[in-house]
Amino acid sequence: MSLSATKFVHPITAPPSTRSSDKPLFSTFFGSNHTKLRFNKPIVAAQRRSSSAASTSSPVVAVSDVVKEKKLKSASNLLITKEEGLVLYEDMILGRFFEDMCAQMYYRGKMFGFVHLYNGQEAVSTGFIKFLKKEDYVVSTYRDHVHALSKGVPAREVMSELFGKATGCCRGQGGSMHMFSKQHNLLGGFAFIGEGIPVATGAAFSSKYRREVLKEPGADEVTLAFFGDGTCNNGQFYECLNMAALWKLPIVFVVENNLWAIGMSHLRATSDPQIWKKGPAFGMPGIHVDGMDVLKVREVAKEAIERARRGEGPTLVECETYRFRGHSLADPDELRDPAEKAHYAGRDPITALKKYLFDNKLASEQELKAIDKKIEELLDEAVEFADESPLPPRSQLLENVFADPKGFGIGPDGKYRCEDPKFTQGTAHV
Amino acid sequence: MLRAIRHKNILPAFSAFRAFSSSAKEMTVREALNSALDEEMSADPKVFLMGEEVGEYQGAYKITKGLLDKYGPERVLDTPITEEMALICLLNILQAGFTGIGVGAAYYGLRPVVEFMTFNFSMQAIDHIINSAAKSNYMSAGQISVPIVFRGPNGAAAGVGAQHSQCYAAWYASCPGLKVLSPYSSEDARGLLKAAIRDPDPVVFLENELLYGESFPVSAEVLDSSFCLPIGKAKIEREGKDVTITAFSKMVGYALKAAEILAKEGISAEVINLRSIRPLDRSTINASVRKTNRLVTVEEGFPQHGVGAEICTSVIEESFGYLDAPVERIAGADVPMPYAANLERMAVPQVEDIVRAAKRACYRSVPLAATA
Repeated sequence: MSLSATKFVHPITAPPSTRSSDKPLFSTFFGSNHTKLRFNKPIVAAQRRSSSAASTSSPVVAVSDVVKEKKLKSASNLLITKEEGLVLYEDMILGRFFEDMCAQMYYRGKMFGFVHLYNGQEAVSTGFIKFLKKEDYVVSTYRDHVHALSKGVPAREVMSELFGKATGCCRGQGGSMHMFSKQHNLLGGFAFIGEGIPVATGAAFSSKYRREVLKEPGADEVTLAFFGDGTCNNGQFYECLNMAALWKLPIVFVVENNLWAIGMSHLRATSDPQIWKKGPAFGMPGIHVDGMDVLKVREVAKEAIERARRGEGPTLVECETYRFRGHSLADPDELRDPAEKAHYAGRDPITALKKYLFDNKLASEQELKAIDKKIEELLDEAVEFADESPLPPRSQLLENVFADPKGFGIGPDGKYRCEDPKFTQGTAHV
Repeated sequence: MLRAIRHKNILPAFSAFRAFSSSAKEMTVREALNSALDEEMSADPKVFLMGEEVGEYQGAYKITKGLLDKYGPERVLDTPITEEMALICLLNILQAGFTGIGVGAAYYGLRPVVEFMTFNFSMQAIDHIINSAAKSNYMSAGQISVPIVFRGPNGAAAGVGAQHSQCYAAWYASCPGLKVLSPYSSEDARGLLKAAIRDPDPVVFLENELLYGESFPVSAEVLDSSFCLPIGKAKIEREGKDVTITAFSKMVGYALKAAEILAKEGISAEVINLRSIRPLDRSTINASVRKTNRLVTVEEGFPQHGVGAEICTSVIEESFGYLDAPVERIAGADVPMPYAANLERMAVPQVEDIVRAAKRACYRSVPLAATA
């Protein structure tokens, strides 16, 4: 399985120090070289968090370093233009403010059930999804609000869905954990961990099938499957890595490794905590990237998505990230060490991007504040819209169970019964 | 012997009269399924097959024979455990993965037909059948429909033991969002499989291994490539006026034999082939019970919460006043399937059990205490 050139290289001989401080533009993004973070049990966590894994044989090199070396030779040192920077900033702010608004609404009783918030992980969603075309697919987990927003689902529709109103993206029938949008090619929203991975693999399979068997021109949609570290111990994950590599499917497996599966630390639960290593075992490149830095994530995403689009097969990307809030709004979040939380709060992706934009004179304080204000207004309007929307009507209860509810398949005129314009009306009387 | 019985007694009630002349073509269920798959794959390039041993092995039960050669490996996909078939325990392993892949492909307009070597293995993948296939149309409010077919043999075979013999009709039929079909004859197999593949919803298609080799007469209409049976309609295999016997899959054959025996004793039994477990054709069943006033339901699966339980309740709810005798329910024994041949025979309903129950319903025999 050939890997594309120099980009995904894990040089065995490069000394650890290439990673850190001699690249001025990026030093702040690496965060501190803290090697020890306390967890419940004194596990040797050092190797996991230290940037070059001193105790393992093959140190990980950030892809951005490789790219950076090339860019240093080019005219501009910057990885993004001003427009791109503002787009990234706006998307991350939308994600962050939206999730904060969700928390507020939940405590006011407007939202209910299970709500899982994405604060702190915005760099992964923004970094990857902003590279996709509208036709590309995203499959997510129950922590899917921000993936939906990044993919383009309007904030007001997501908010209404969370309130359970008929104007939500799934008419109130899905809820927080089941965001679907055919128009934006968001395929959910799955509550069981690992459930979305085979579905994403199938969507990638369908784009390959359409290209090669049905010979549709331009059917080169890429699928992104987002899931967490806990999922990487689940059987379905391995089955899909195998099949995706075997059939060279256009998919990128994005692991949002935030170290915690509810209250179970990744290090306690996993025999080999370095998830990126599992890619090469199946014949695909495995990349580890700092998920708190949107620019680094973007570099990796660009390469992985283009690789998939060219038909070279899947990639496994492990993004080291962190969620600032608990697993869900019902989680008291008592098991995580406050020092660990403080460490990652210092690596907040939004703060980091802001600093990059200021340092490189790509944006001014006022421009960013204007974006903040715009997003706040957007969200206020979304909440108002959701509040004022009606609850689903009683007749909606039995709708949408089947695409063809009469169940007879083919009608007397030889056409599918689902082509009958009245097909969304259920057959039972409530 | 079965063929002889069918020639004499089958009069489909509501469809056009079919002449079973001596030149009627005979087709095995296996050929019927194979021809249905072949025709649907050639009519629609979006249909593809996926499953263990469907390709190079020509199908674990040879249902997909010849399709790999005709359509190529891109449309007839052997899923990855092919080379490990000798290790029986590993046959189950990749169920979850390829079922979910089938669902993901169906989300985007492809029409996968996923084969399970037996439906027992579908338990490994049941999360995807229920949570991502059955519920997706509802959760996405109609945006994402899943036109997938899950097919494979269901129920007891001969001497395969407890883990290979369970009947899953009741489990899948209790879930809204799924359509569950169970054919008996070749005509059923062809028509229902074609309807299932064309249907835009997830369909669980429960075949029976012991029926694959049985042949049934088929008319020219059945052989036509656009032949389809409606989903949700039962068939009255044999008309009668004294007692209604409902059955599906292999039990239809047993019920017909029982009806023959009962006819000699003066009891005219009406045999209904359910064909569709979900949606259940309650109107046909109730109309029949209103005519005969007695009901015997037959199924192979476990008795508690089974298909028979649902039929009995439906009849009691809708046609209570018409019943002249308590409803009778025949099901498999309430034990995991034993291996010994004589115990296995006792654990599955036999023709004598159906005859006995029908006579009880007609007050022609001393009532027996219900077995545990």
